[in-house]
Amino acid sequence: MSAEVLLAFLNGYRPAWQEELRLRVGRILAHPVRTAPLSIDLRDFHAPERAQFHATLLLAELLRHLPEGGGRIVGITDVDLYIPVLTFVFGQAQLSGPAAVVSVMRLHNEYYGLPGDETLLLERAVKEVVHELGHGLGLVHCPDYACVMSSSTSVEDVDLKAGEFCPACRDLLADRPAVPS
Amino acid sequence: MKKPRILIVDDELSVRTSLREWFLEDGFDVTTAEDGLDALRRLDEGPFDLMIVDLKMPGMDGISLQRRVREIDPSATIIILTAFASVETAVEALKMGAFDYVTKPVDPDELSHTVRKALERKHLTEENLRLREKVSELAGGGPILGDSPAMRHVLELVETVAETDASVVIRGESGTGKELVARAIHAASPRRFFPLVAVNCGAIPETLLESELFGHEKGAFTGAHYRRKGKLELAHGGTLFLDEIGEIPAKMQVDLLRALETHRFTRLGGSQELESDFRLVCATNRDLEALVRDGEFREDLYYRIHVFGIDVPPLRERPEDIPILAEHFVRKYAHQMGRPVRELSPEAEELLRRYEWPGNVRELENAIERAMVIGQANRIRPEDLPLRETPESGQPADRSLEALEKEHVARVLRQESGNVSAAARVLGIDRGTLYNKMKKYGIRQG
Repeated sequence: MSAEVLLAFLNGYRPAWQEELRLRVGRILAHPVRTAPLSIDLRDFHAPERAQFHATLLLAELLRHLPEGGGRIVGITDVDLYIPVLTFVFGQAQLSGPAAVVSVMRLHNEYYGLPGDETLLLERAVKEVVHELGHGLGLVHCPDYACVMSSSTSVEDVDLKAGEFCPACRDLLADRPAVPS
Repeated sequence: MKKPRILIVDDELSVRTSLREWFLEDGFDVTTAEDGLDALRRLDEGPFDLMIVDLKMPGMDGISLQRRVREIDPSATIIILTAFASVETAVEALKMGAFDYVTKPVDPDELSHTVRKALERKHLTEENLRLREKVSELAGGGPILGDSPAMRHVLELVETVAETDASVVIRGESGTGKELVARAIHAASPRRFFPLVAVNCGAIPETLLESELFGHEKGAFTGAHYRRKGKLELAHGGTLFLDEIGEIPAKMQVDLLRALETHRFTRLGGSQELESDFRLVCATNRDLEALVRDGEFREDLYYRIHVFGIDVPPLRERPEDIPILAEHFVRKYAHQMGRPVRELSPEAEELLRRYEWPGNVRELENAIERAMVIGQANRIRPEDLPLRETPESGQPADRSLEALEKEHVARVLRQESGNVSAAARVLGIDRGTLYNKMKKYGIRQG
């Protein structure tokens, strides 16, 4: 089985746009991408006092579910994620590692008291998934605010950037395989 | 571009790990420490652009650590990490110089903003220092060197060598303008946007020269209350100008040679090796080759510094430069003193042209400055010019030997612009003896 990028939708989260997400991420990375549901026991990662889930521990769990034959995995969840010291994270990845996780909870317009917008949610999800995969490929935050690798600490930042790599980041990616061998 | 270095100090492993991951993604070079002592050990290994320090830690708390860090490096940039309950202590940390504090858990946007602001301020502070160096450097030396064929040849050599990174030795009598030539090389070189850092190796007591060049760590010697950067470090990116290179003591020549060869060195009392990218320009009024033959100057150091040589002719060999230089100095001091520009009378011009100028351009500048101070008429007259008297003239016969010695030592020091080595040579005594006489008579160097 060839190496691939697996978008794993966690614990029954099945948005209508998952196929569109797969196609767009595959186009940006120029590499085969597959989607699949994945069930993980999240109880060990839950912090009841914060009503959030520990992203780093979840990431460690995802490493146990890498696609057969190598490849990368991005867990996609609708629960809120945190890392100690920070109030929340949109996602987390291992720098130059095969696993990443993205939470869509704070990507929903409804979270900010606005009417729901599934198209906008898909746009944001594409950017966050590609961003975390970029970290997995060894990229750090990019000073170009329009690059998908620019740092986003609010949903407004996510909306500001494009879903594509800037030429400089694309050059850095040129010599790196989209999936580890 | 070099990654900014950040040190995270927190006793909680999960916090250290989280922040480490966060800052790695931001492109930082991240180091972590689990307590204050560990942090101080990390600081020994090299400086950090930013420190994030937890307030409450067992043993040395964040406030104590901050105090210790600022004793070592007063410019350290520190952000305090605190739980909500300790905001009052965090305010205390701010009063002691922390850049800011953030409360745990911190909003990613706030952390990102605070870190960005801290790095911007650090960058601006460093930029400010560089610009100050640059301004003082530009204000320090005029560009006028002369227009005689001899000086035009010097300027051609300057132009040739400036574009390269080759080490240059500028030779010439005291006061011929060797430093101006060094500044001209720097100004025409690709390094001109970085500082030219000048060290007069002959004007600094031997005991302080090492610290002046290499810097020192806190506590390296009595009186070293703070870490201090040396001139080699400050010249990073620019030009290091070592004036009176022939005066470097023998035991320091070895250290200097190593630093010049590798561009790596260690601060006095330190263990961390530092790197500095500078171009070297030296000047001397002594015959370095003779010093090498006499075993007073290391041969390997001589060949290291002497890739390209430029000879600056004494003023008596280029009298056609005297009027140009004199007019330049008249304008310079008129501007400085807020006085109208005064002309030189034909008699004063003639006197300047006939004079031998043993102190060269420096003596000419001093003479014009004095004439501008004391002269009252619209024109500078011969009597306004303090040219050297012959030894027999003007000395009353009823003065003690000590009084005469005091006056003579002070005059020679003035003539050599406070350069102790040069003055000692003129007086025919060694530097130590001259320092003793300066102390005895209460004569200051400057």
